[in-house]
Amino acid sequence: MNKPLRRIAIFCGLLVLALLIRDNWLQYVRADELNSHKYNRRVQIERYAYERGNIIVDGKPITGSAETNDTDFKYKRTYVDGPMWAPVTGYASQAFDANQIEKLEDGVLTGNSDQLFFDRTMAMFTGDQKRGGNVVTTLSGAAQKAAYKGLGSKKGAVAAIDPKTGKILALASTPSYDPSSFAGYAGKDEKAWNALEKDKEKPKLNRALREVYPPGSTFKVVTAAAALEHGEVDDINAATDTPEPYILPNTRTPMVNHANGCKNASLMKALEVSCNSVFAKLGDQVGRDKMLETAQKFGFNNPEIDTPVRAAASVYNKTMDRSSNALSSIGQFDTATTPLQMAMVAAAIANDGKLMKPYMIDQLEAPNLDVIKKNEPEEMSRPLSQKNAQLLQQMMENVVESPTGTGGKAKINGATVGGKTGTAQHGENNSKRPYAWFISYAKTDSGSPVAVAVVVEDSSGTSRDDITGGGLAGPIARDVMQAVLESKK
Amino acid sequence: MSVVTNTTTIGAIEAPSRRNTELMLLVFAVAISVFAYANVGLAINGALPAGMLGYGIGLSLLAAVSHLVVRKFAPYADPLLLPLATLLNGFGLAIIWRLDQSERFQALKTFAPAATKQLMFSAVGVALFVGVLILLKDHRILQRYTYISMVVSLFLLVLPVFFPAVNGAKIWINIPGVGTLQPGEFAKIIIAIFFSGYLMVKRDALALASRRFMGLYLPRGRDLGPILVVWAISILILVFETDLGTSLLFFGMFVVMLYVATERTSWIVFGLLMSAAGAVGVATFEPHVQQRVTAWLDPFAGWGKEAASEQIAKSLMAFGSGGTLGTGLGQGHSDLIGFAANSDFILATVGEELGLAGMMAVLLIYGLIVERGVRTALAARDPFGKLLAIGLSGAFAIQVFVVAGGVMGLIPLTGMTMPFIAQGGSSVIANWALVGILIRISDTARRPAPAPAPSPDAEMTQVVRP
Repeated sequence: MNKPLRRIAIFCGLLVLALLIRDNWLQYVRADELNSHKYNRRVQIERYAYERGNIIVDGKPITGSAETNDTDFKYKRTYVDGPMWAPVTGYASQAFDANQIEKLEDGVLTGNSDQLFFDRTMAMFTGDQKRGGNVVTTLSGAAQKAAYKGLGSKKGAVAAIDPKTGKILALASTPSYDPSSFAGYAGKDEKAWNALEKDKEKPKLNRALREVYPPGSTFKVVTAAAALEHGEVDDINAATDTPEPYILPNTRTPMVNHANGCKNASLMKALEVSCNSVFAKLGDQVGRDKMLETAQKFGFNNPEIDTPVRAAASVYNKTMDRSSNALSSIGQFDTATTPLQMAMVAAAIANDGKLMKPYMIDQLEAPNLDVIKKNEPEEMSRPLSQKNAQLLQQMMENVVESPTGTGGKAKINGATVGGKTGTAQHGENNSKRPYAWFISYAKTDSGSPVAVAVVVEDSSGTSRDDITGGGLAGPIARDVMQAVLESKK
Repeated sequence: MSVVTNTTTIGAIEAPSRRNTELMLLVFAVAISVFAYANVGLAINGALPAGMLGYGIGLSLLAAVSHLVVRKFAPYADPLLLPLATLLNGFGLAIIWRLDQSERFQALKTFAPAATKQLMFSAVGVALFVGVLILLKDHRILQRYTYISMVVSLFLLVLPVFFPAVNGAKIWINIPGVGTLQPGEFAKIIIAIFFSGYLMVKRDALALASRRFMGLYLPRGRDLGPILVVWAISILILVFETDLGTSLLFFGMFVVMLYVATERTSWIVFGLLMSAAGAVGVATFEPHVQQRVTAWLDPFAGWGKEAASEQIAKSLMAFGSGGTLGTGLGQGHSDLIGFAANSDFILATVGEELGLAGMMAVLLIYGLIVERGVRTALAARDPFGKLLAIGLSGAFAIQVFVVAGGVMGLIPLTGMTMPFIAQGGSSVIANWALVGILIRISDTARRPAPAPAPSPDAEMTQVVRP
């Protein structure tokens, strides 16, 4: 009976071997995948097992950690001025995961990042409790406050950039939410989360980065830049050959002007009073492909603008026909942009044609405040030459300075301000309330420290006729710029 | 006259008894377990656990008693079986105690610390082990109880049908004052005795009276009878008790023993065909089995929808989180699996806290026990002993494979316990008895042959010295 016995022995050996192979497969090959699986509660437990690092603005944390007496989660995230900073921080919730900086820099904030390996090892030897590192942002507390206060109860967003470096100075979105309200996993956290999810106003949406709006007339600066760059216009004060009314190419639709004196108006004048006909014709002259080229240099159609929180891609249609291109040149048709994108446009012009890559994380710090990563300003592209940028600056400053300009409300004493208003119609047959836009930059003797884009979506309490970019969005932009200028003093 | 004066060249081969090897290994096994226990205490509470002395002494006592009994009553027994079983049992106790410390468990309403109870059951198990060694002087005595064994094992198997199902399977009986028992664990041993006795008598008929058909030796109808009966029984267990594990175990054990007894491959072919037919047949109308299979195919698909799938998914994540070296005893979160974490899923704790390294060590210890069992079967001199040893060690191997494979997602989960490690009284007691019988057989097998009778010619061929 020994021969079958030996075979059974081999069979038993194979059973054990199968188990060993399976074990290696699970614990070696698939270990990482299983360990970071979305259902694996250990990820959450680990995230809240130690005091989480902070997100810092102007040297002060805008987040915190509170100790709880929970079995699984020892610490809970807290936020200072949660609603105001939510578009920057995102949230970190025990029950609902995390997003934005809280998610992207989770490794540093929890202290689990490979970059913090040395600190972890040291903490192990010194017996210190493990702590997370800090994320130092580029934001300006004063600018953010001005933006958030300016938006107030209105629905909208503000994005402000330092044109010289690309540092994001303000990122506000209203209505907002308090990430503290669902930081835990108790019943009230779930209630708060569900209420936010169901809210028709979408308070969790980061409008400054993740929502695209029709840019309306603010897009005319892009058209102007394209016209200058591609040689359609050399002298901004020369009269253009624009009929009144201007008929869209290949159609019988006239381009309606809301301003007077647009017939043959110069580029300067056309931007000052925001002539639709001039820019529609100019866009048509430049042509779709060249318009597209300039728009893309400003950042349109780029799905990977990472600040590091990824901004939604702004759109300039690549395949539209002539008349649509003409409409797009004044920010209509399906042209759509994020507030950040329009701030980038203003910033590139203010920075003499050089577009800096926008970013909002200045540096990452270890728990002992050693810098583990420092972000340096980075050039993204050159949408227009220095000469043309300065011509556009003249035009944009004229919009604010000229008595008939639409951007008068953005004037600041002691600084030069350039701007462009926009009132974007949307909805079928313009049935909905238009969006009020304002993009601008401020300039002192030492160059421009700030460029802002403001969009006010729906301003309840303002009668429809009063909604204009200059009137609604202009003052908010001015306050943000003023806040930055004052903090520079 | 003494052996020394016998000048024949054939002397009795004095096989080494290896009892001192066993003692050393036992010390090692107890030390590892105590160390694991201390490790858990230090990791969870930052101090040596209060019960450490009691645990250490208790385990040492059990090891000492069993060793002394083996030394006295089975001096030539295999030296590895006892230390390996002690190591698994002691280590299992440390793991169960570790799970007792879980705050998540303590928050459950049904929570009751299990380690003390398990230590008590281990003591009962060792007592049974000692009893087997002292009372069972020769394993061949068991042959006499072939048919009684059949009746007892059938009785034990059918018993749970009359008790309510627990967690979807009817494998427990509830005796007031004693607690719940899993008769299947004991039936496993008793049915092995029946198979051995029966097959030893019928092996020639089964092996030789057959017709050759398409290269296979087909058994005669009347010899096929018993295999059909066992097949039917295992199917019935599966249907009425929804116990996939036990039916698989019995059937597998029977096929293995049949094959060894008859040396005919055709029996294996039949066995596999019939088990496949049975499994497919039952799976088509038994929702419990279907659930297990879908949970096995994609554990994460049923997340939040069905408990079985979620348990497997949680178990897989525990293994994954352990990685190569594990989190360290007491520092994992395997208790997330829930109520079964200290019984069916106890290996997940080993996987998470000791990592791939620890798991491979544990699997190899199980493998070694099986290997020593098979070796005992090879060494045994009588067919009954051979069959019993291979039956028991085969059953042990299948059980380990089915449970470990289940919690690691290799095969559908069946809901049996990991021998010695898992929390559960019946399991630990029955497995101690199983090891006891194996040790008894190995003692008989390794006992040196009696010295040959002195040769009457020895004097005649004496060399004449000058």
